[in-house]
Amino acid sequence: MSDRGTLLRVTQLNKVYRARTGDVEAIGDLSFTMDAGELVCIVGPSGCGKTTLLKCLAGLLRPTGGTVEMHGAPVTGPSPAMAVVFQEYGRSLYPWLTVRGNVELPLRHKRLSRAQRHTLVADALDAVGLAHAARSHPWQLSGGMQQRVAIARAVAYQPEVLIMDEPFAAVDAQTRADLEDLVRELHARRGISVLFVTHDIDESVYLGQRVLVLSHAPTRVREDLVIDLPADRDQITTRALPRFTELRTHVYGEIQRARRGQNVAPRPAP
Amino acid sequence: MTAYPGRVVAAPRRRRAGTRAVTGLLHALGLPMLLLVLWGLVATRATNRFLPDPVTIADAFVDTWIGPAFVQDVLPSLYRLGLGVAASVVLGVAAGTVIGLTPWLRELLEPLLEFLRAVPPPVLIPVAMLLLGITDTMKVVVIVSGAVWPILLNTVEGVRGTDSVLTQTALSFRVTRWERLWFLVLPAASPRIMAGARQALSVALILMVISEMFASSAGLGYRIAYFQRNYLVAEMWSGILLLGGVGVLLAVVFGVVERRVLRWYHGTREVNRV
Repeated sequence: MSDRGTLLRVTQLNKVYRARTGDVEAIGDLSFTMDAGELVCIVGPSGCGKTTLLKCLAGLLRPTGGTVEMHGAPVTGPSPAMAVVFQEYGRSLYPWLTVRGNVELPLRHKRLSRAQRHTLVADALDAVGLAHAARSHPWQLSGGMQQRVAIARAVAYQPEVLIMDEPFAAVDAQTRADLEDLVRELHARRGISVLFVTHDIDESVYLGQRVLVLSHAPTRVREDLVIDLPADRDQITTRALPRFTELRTHVYGEIQRARRGQNVAPRPAP
Repeated sequence: MTAYPGRVVAAPRRRRAGTRAVTGLLHALGLPMLLLVLWGLVATRATNRFLPDPVTIADAFVDTWIGPAFVQDVLPSLYRLGLGVAASVVLGVAAGTVIGLTPWLRELLEPLLEFLRAVPPPVLIPVAMLLLGITDTMKVVVIVSGAVWPILLNTVEGVRGTDSVLTQTALSFRVTRWERLWFLVLPAASPRIMAGARQALSVALILMVISEMFASSAGLGYRIAYFQRNYLVAEMWSGILLLGGVGVLLAVVFGVVERRVLRWYHGTREVNRV
């Protein structure tokens, strides 16, 4: 993970949902690249196809046009180099497995010894501060803790890139702040690349080294913004910086324009 | 790493377990006792010889069932019942999983399954007798022919209802097909499977008795029919009591198994309710 080459390259991605009532173009023409070790946030107006984009990146959905490449190789299905953290932690963890069982499940098909597997699980749970809850079941935990389990599961999988789909949309503000710092910490300490999809503008600016602002559907990249805040960030001082306010105001304005946007009208069905 | 403070909801501790067990037992047995006393009163006043009093039946129960009859009649019945239920579960879950996971197969089979389920299994007994003879196999087949449907149809629904996010999570982590079956599809369907198994159990008990009444020389159903035809009224009643007892016992055993298998399900529901 030391090479700082291009990790992910998305070229002219296009996704059209075919339906009897007419085709819906969710993603118009979307291109961007992401370097190894980066923390990139994707932010856009609600309903702009963020989840569709993410599923295409993760290989869960086949794009209609364009390509997604990891290290230059096209992504055609779920890749061992990616791990996804879904928004709905309650529906993404297996309630019949313990916390440990949940984290361990994706490792079963990797050719690891039992001891190696246990080490990975213990290490991942420790990294998210849940070593004490390994034997609990997910439903015995609070929402924030459940999302930590999902993050631990992704970390234990040892991906090169962590793809997170609005992971903190359903937790309270305090928990959310903690989880944001956890993501930054995992990124800084473990060097995992993170692609973080959110609808929260402040969150995107606080977390990201770069923020991609998306347009309204059919989606394209409206702006690729470098966040030139100091690398050491914390919830109180960073959010109080004048530069933070400038950046968030800028992104906010972009989103507003995107919402009213020029490209609102869906293309007529053929 | 800092440990994040978090609350782990612990299961409520069993306080005064002994006292609770006694109260529970009293609650469970109170009404049956009362009914028994009432029955005794009615029976001593009645002149109908087909309604013996409880003491006579209790005597008949001991004379009839405790001894060789237990080995000759009760055990073979329970054996066929167990075999029938086990075969129904295996068959129902296996077929239900395959059908539930294969949309085109489901569409193809749905009308047929509805038809087969609608056929009352007792009418199959003469057919089964002709095809399989008066054998144990015939009786087990009759039991399965009725008990498999609730399990199969519930499994199909349970497998179909697997949460799409859970499935996508498994796919994104490249969890293999067999692991998905074992760790995702079957557990996700298990509440429905258990509901089907509960129905299947009562159907199986009914069919066990009926299959023995038709053509048999041993078994609970055979004995009860025999007593009735020979005017052994108290013995007949004692057989009915024994059947009821078997039913209750099965329900208790099933309850224990279900609580273990669906611990997560009941736990989740309890948390959501709060």
